[in-house]
Order: sequence, then C-alpha cells, then structure tokens
Amino acid sequence: MSMNAAPTVPVKSDAAADRELARRTRRNAWDRKYSPYLYISPFFILFAIVGLFPLVYTAFVSLHDWNLIGGKGDFVGIENYQQVLGQPLFWKGLRNTFSIFLLSAVPQVLIGLWLAAMLDANLRAKTFSRMGVLLPYVVMPVAVGMIFAKIFADQSGMANALLGKIGIDPIAWHADVLASHVAIATMVDFRWTGYTTLILLAGMQAIPNDLYEAAVVDGAGRWRSFKSITIPSLRPTIIFVVITSTIGGLQIFDEPRMFDSAGQGGADRQWMTVTMYLYELGWGAQKSFGRASAVAWILFLIILVIGGINFWFTQRISGTDSKGGK
Amino acid sequence: MSSIGVVEQTAGKGAAKYATRRKNRRAGVGSNRRGGWVTYTLLGVVLLISFYPLYYTFLLASSDAQTIAQNPIPSLIPDGKFVDNAERVLNADIKFWQALWNSVIVAVITSVSVVLFATLAGFSFAKLQFRGRRALLVFVIATMAVPTQLGVVPLFILMSELGWTGKLVAVIVPGMVTAFGVFWMTQYFEETLPFELIEAARVDGCSMIRTFWHVALPAAKPAAAMLALFTFVASWTSFFWPFIVLGSTNPTLPVSLQLLQASYFKDYSLIMAGVVLATIPLILLFIVAGKQLVSGIMAGAVKG
Repeated sequence: MSMNAAPTVPVKSDAAADRELARRTRRNAWDRKYSPYLYISPFFILFAIVGLFPLVYTAFVSLHDWNLIGGKGDFVGIENYQQVLGQPLFWKGLRNTFSIFLLSAVPQVLIGLWLAAMLDANLRAKTFSRMGVLLPYVVMPVAVGMIFAKIFADQSGMANALLGKIGIDPIAWHADVLASHVAIATMVDFRWTGYTTLILLAGMQAIPNDLYEAAVVDGAGRWRSFKSITIPSLRPTIIFVVITSTIGGLQIFDEPRMFDSAGQGGADRQWMTVTMYLYELGWGAQKSFGRASAVAWILFLIILVIGGINFWFTQRISGTDSKGGK
Repeated sequence: MSSIGVVEQTAGKGAAKYATRRKNRRAGVGSNRRGGWVTYTLLGVVLLISFYPLYYTFLLASSDAQTIAQNPIPSLIPDGKFVDNAERVLNADIKFWQALWNSVIVAVITSVSVVLFATLAGFSFAKLQFRGRRALLVFVIATMAVPTQLGVVPLFILMSELGWTGKLVAVIVPGMVTAFGVFWMTQYFEETLPFELIEAARVDGCSMIRTFWHVALPAAKPAAAMLALFTFVASWTSFFWPFIVLGSTNPTLPVSLQLLQASYFKDYSLIMAGVVLATIPLILLFIVAGKQLVSGIMAGAVKG
C-alpha cells in the first residue's frame, strides 16, 4: 500500500465516534466479566443434571416405596435401609466386594511399585516396554471378564492345566469363594496394573536425582534408597492411586458380572458384589428402585469413609520422615 | 548435547545415537542405574503376561469347540478358523454391526464434546479472572472423587421421563462432560499458555471467544488430543450404564458381547471371536496412539 493513498473510510462525526467507542467499551467490559462464567457453565450445568442431582436424588428415592414399573409410591422412611441391611445377601455382597477389592488393590500397588522401579532404570526400548504394560488397558472389562472366565474355568481352564503340570490339584475357581475372588482380582489387575505403574513411574521420575546421589554418598544401597527416598517422595502419588482404585474398586461390576454366563455372581452368590446386588434389586425380579437406592447410598457412604481412612493411613505409612513431595 | 552434535557431524547419525545412549547411561546414578539381564528377563515375563491373554483369545477364536475342549492349553500356532468364527459372530443374534456403529457414534460424540467443554472451562479457569474462580475449581477437583455411577437409579428415572431409554442419547448426554477433563485442560493451560499471548489478542481487538478459538484452542492441541483418546477408550469400554439404559435392543459393543456370552456360553470359539472383533478397533488405535496414551498418563500423574 502506498503512503499517500486516499482514506477509504469516511471520517465520522465526533459524537458518533464517541457513541461507538462507548458501545465497544461496554461490550468489552461485558465480555470480560461474563465470558469466564459462560465458558465454565456447560460443565457445571451438565454435571449438575447428570452427576450431582442423581446422586442426591438417590437419597430421596431410597426413602420411598418406588418401583421400576409403578413409579413413586409412599414415603416409607428408613424401611428400605432396614430391609436391605436385614438381607444376608447384602452382607455377602459387601464381603465379596471388599475381598475382591483388597485382593486386587494391594497386589496392584505393590506390583506397580516394583514394575515402575524396574522401568525407571535406564533401559533399552523404553517406549516399547511402557506401551507393553499399558496394552491391557484398551481391552474392555467385559472382554477381560470373558477371557479370564475361560482361563479360570473349573474343568477345562488353562489355569488349572498349568497348575496340573507342576503337580498342584485343580482349584475350583468358580465354586470356591476365595478362589473366585482371586480370579476376579486377577482380571482387575490384568487391566489396571500397567496404568498404575505408569502413574507411579511418572512420580518416580519427578524425584530429584541429587537425593539419590546424596544417598549413594552416604553409603545407602538400592533397597535402602528405595525405602527411604522413593517411597516417601511418592506419597502423594500413592495416595492418588489408592484413592482412585478405592472409588473404582468398591463399585466393581463388569468383571464379576461376566465371570459366568448367568451374571448372578455364582450359584451361592459367592462373587456377587454390592453393585451387582444394586442392579438386581432395581432391574432384576424385585424391580425395587427404593431398595436399590438404599444400597447405592450405603455404598456411597462406605466409599467416603474408606476414602478418608485410606488418606489417613497412607499419610501415616510414609509420613513422618519426609515432608512428602515437592 | 554439543559433544553429541560433533559426533553426529563427524561419524554420522548412528554413532550419534550410540553416543547419546552411552552418555545417558553413564549419567545414571540412584534411580537411573542401568538395567541388567535380570531386569530384562523380568520385564520380558511381565510383557508376556500383558500380551498373552490377548493372543490366547485369538488362538481360541481361530479354533473349534472340540479342539478347545480337548486342549486346555492351546497350541501356540493358530488354527485357520478365525474367519469362519467371525462370520458366525456377525450372523449371531447380537446385532454386532449395529453395536459397533453405536459404539463408534457414542465414543466420537462424547470425545468431541468432552474436549470442547473441558477446553473452554480449562481456558477460563487457567487464564481468565473472575470471582469464585478458586472455589469453583476446587469443586471440580472434588467431584473427581464422587462415585457418580451410584446415581444410576435417578438417572434411569430421568431418562425414562424423557423417553430416552433404549436410545443412544441416554448414553451420550451423561458422558458429555467430565471433571477430569476440566482439571486436565486447566493444568495444561496454566503450564503452557502465556498470559501475554491472550493479552496480545485482546489488544488486537479479539473478543474472548475469538481469543479462545484462535489462540487457546490451537495451543491446546496436544493435551486435547490426549483427552480425546482417554475419553474414547473410556466410552468404548464402558458397560454398566449402557447395559442398564440401552439393553439388548440397541446395544453398544460391550452390551452385545454380554449378550453373546449369555446366549452361547459353551461355544468358546464363537465367544472369543466376538471378543477379538470388539477389541480390534482399540488395539489398532493403541498401535497408532499408544505412545500418546503413555505420555498422557505420565503427564497427568500426581507428582507431589
């Protein structure tokens, strides 16, 4: 553009320009003030409708006689809770849930720590190993359940065939209570251990190297520096892993649902979890939304309490000798 | 790295790579010590455990009922019957194609929606000033620990009222936002997007939304891609809610697999062929984008 080109925009009168400027400033102020709220509103609105409201409304439903088909009935107070807590089946579900949770979460964190420490060493083919441990994560839990239901088949399963080769009698993976829990815990860990490992690995890599150098100077061996440096520094990461696996683990449904084709949790309900019980109350023969909600609300409170205990416990385990994290 | 640069110029790329490796290894102290053969062996075993069940599934899917019944430990070389078994899955009464299509629709729409809304909210939380910002962000983080799955009963009642049961929209809408996504994008913007860039756009006369669209969104690409991946995987593998609200009339893949197991429970070659077919799409995705998944998990981890 040449410098002496004639102006193409006609000059406005002063008053019109002022008005235009004021309008713009106002619009700009508006934009600055309200846009932030506008941008976060989709999350809050949707979450309120599909997340928070249902959770709170569960408490309301649980105090009513409420049927899948008939809909809302009378207010019955805590009757649903009394009903549910009086059912041996509920307690069995709770026992199974906790047993499966502990059998999966504890080994998962321990194996994860061990694997992460291994991957943290200077290895060839880093990306390959990391992708390798993560592979099972993309397999749907339903599919994992179907695969392992066959591997752990009581009669024709591969697990028993392998045990037979080293002279161990076949285990009743489905019929036996504890064995079925071990089998389901194995499915959970098959899918999630790699994921947990990578989270722990990221935590390990954030630990400053000079801490280890100082430990070497002080004559600490590998195990000693793992115990006194790695674990305490990893505390926040471990807390995160434990809390997320608690929230997920106590709601477990997919894997035990697929452990046999009936999906009831076994002939004697030996691997029926609380969430499976919830489903059965609401959408099974009883069709009682009131009782299903009571179960949901009880489980919700349990998860809150366990989350709190976890937090307290994990802090104590690796607490006192370090300030923890950065 | 300058000495490595010299090596690259004088002795070529391969030598430079080797020099880098040696340098990295020599630097190893403490946690960064190098791995010995024990480590490699153990790692090999772990990778085998991670991979074998999938191969096992394929072996069974390539076999037939009789062979499977006679050999609890399948031969390591697949039989050639996978295509036959896959055809049987497609002809079985489990609406496989519809389920596949449904899964794709749900996963794509939820991924796009989660990324869009999370990026918007993340931009706002990380880079804009407004009253209540901190409190609202803390609220978002707290909701990550809320087991929303336990709200299924009222959610189901809500969907019935809307007449959405059996329709995909009942699965899509509850998955359209995640607290994790918002948290993730907020963190990313805080770490990477300089305030100067936003101010520059504002001074140039961009409105907020144009600033978002032309400055923030392009800058967010790597994190947004990772979030899309995670959302896609989560959606593809999710079972509980689709199982309840869709049922067998209009299933997603996991629901249809459940149907397959319930109807043909002794026919393992058929069941496993179904598992293989339902898993292949994500395995392909993993081959293409597994690296991003790995770095996404590691970037998102709580490091103290």
